[in-house]
Amino acid sequence: MSTQPLPRASPPASEPEAGAAPARVRMRSDWPFFACLSILGGVYIVLIIALLLADASFTSPGHLWSALASPEIRYAIKLSLISCTITALLSLWVAVPLGYLLSRCDFPGRNLVDTVLDIPIVLPPLVIGLSLLILFQTRLGRLVESVVPVTFAIPSVILAQFSVACAFAVRTMRVSFDQLSPRSEQVALTLGCSRAQAFWLVAVPEARRGVLTAATLSWARALGEFGPILVFSGATRMRTEVLPTTVFLELSVGNIEAAVAVSLLMVAAALLVLLTLRFFGSETFFGKGIQP
Amino acid sequence: MTMGTSGPTASRGAGIPACHGGIATEGLSIRAGAFSLSGLSFEIPQGEYAVLMGRTGSGKTTILEAICGLRRVTAGRIRLAGRDVTNLRPADRGIGYVPQDRALFKTMTVREHLAFSLAVRKCNDGLTARRVGELAAWLGLESLLERRPEGLSGGEAQRVALGRALASHPVLLLLDEPLSALDDQTREETYALLRTVRRQTGVTVLHVTHSRSEFEALGTRLLLLENGSVREGKLNT
Repeated sequence: MSTQPLPRASPPASEPEAGAAPARVRMRSDWPFFACLSILGGVYIVLIIALLLADASFTSPGHLWSALASPEIRYAIKLSLISCTITALLSLWVAVPLGYLLSRCDFPGRNLVDTVLDIPIVLPPLVIGLSLLILFQTRLGRLVESVVPVTFAIPSVILAQFSVACAFAVRTMRVSFDQLSPRSEQVALTLGCSRAQAFWLVAVPEARRGVLTAATLSWARALGEFGPILVFSGATRMRTEVLPTTVFLELSVGNIEAAVAVSLLMVAAALLVLLTLRFFGSETFFGKGIQP
Repeated sequence: MTMGTSGPTASRGAGIPACHGGIATEGLSIRAGAFSLSGLSFEIPQGEYAVLMGRTGSGKTTILEAICGLRRVTAGRIRLAGRDVTNLRPADRGIGYVPQDRALFKTMTVREHLAFSLAVRKCNDGLTARRVGELAAWLGLESLLERRPEGLSGGEAQRVALGRALASHPVLLLLDEPLSALDDQTREETYALLRTVRRQTGVTVLHVTHSRSEFEALGTRLLLLENGSVREGKLNT
């Protein structure tokens, strides 16, 4: 075996000679990178805040109070809050099982189902409304109408919101289940669970944040829904009027102050619900267990 | 350490070998996507600690999943404690399974883990509480009962997974690389714990690993998965 010493590696070109004054080491900073990211992202944040400030500067507490005093607007607020909540609950009712099936089961036609779910997301909202209107003119639709009046009535508001919002909830739930390893459910099966028990006892609790996100997203989406409601439910005051309809009606008669006041009420309601749900979805609420 | 000599070697004979309390497979074929194993026959007599060794990707975990009932068997039979379990649901096989990643339930406390299989089987509260206390004392989990998985170390999580699997007295314990990702001290502690488990419960164990030292420390029977078939191995000392 050779015992010759290894040759000394030659110094890098930038290494100073012995005795020479040390060259200044150039420290490369990451700040330009983060500055670029911040500027690109910040532009959007500034735009949102500017929109809200512009709305706020266009109205006054007096406008807000007079909007709140209007029985029509109070009705629209009530209908919006109730219909959005029902829509969110119905969306979860569909999204949790459908998201689970799409995530965990390989069944024939899964890709087709996946594509169909994109239709409400990519279609213009007006087309959804028109399609709903036509659906309820078919024989099946008229049969339903003979039992429960839907078109141009309150159920049409909920159905129009649900048709769009549910697709977003399903997408959210599918991603949530995709991110959870199926191993926990498999272990639950070996511990005595049926598939249904593994779903309710293990999968759904582990997907709780996804459930909250899906609920939030579908609620928020339903609150902003306007196109399908206008076509399918009409814009009848004290009947099918929700907050976006109010903004439209007030704008159409030139009452911009009231339209802006209602817009700000929608912003406040959305912020309140989103912050509440975010709190309930936080570690503070769920608890992390006792830490070592 | 020497090989266990009480049982027959991996068999390929006609019919399912008689297996009183242990496990026997006969001509087992399993498909997992493009990967498949076929004609797997081996037997582990009751109370033995069998170590199944094979290279990474050779299908060790797939075999465990098939024995659990989590992966469909395309041919062959599995007999467990004297009964044919090939077509039974995982819940009805009486197997305790500890996967490689432990798969603890993120939303449950240690106490809920230990009580899970008993609660699912609707055992009464007194019996469940007694069994949880017994397992917690045995596995050194008494001070951790209210913790959730994110508050546990690797060794603690391993003990919880083991306790959860043993709670309803399974006839077979399947361990998928239970000592991977443990530091040396925890590994030694886990060796001691697994020896105690076998001694005190008499459960038949099938332990999957690619580490020979784990067999030397724990095993009474060596099974080698090579070229798509299982054969009984010998320890070269």
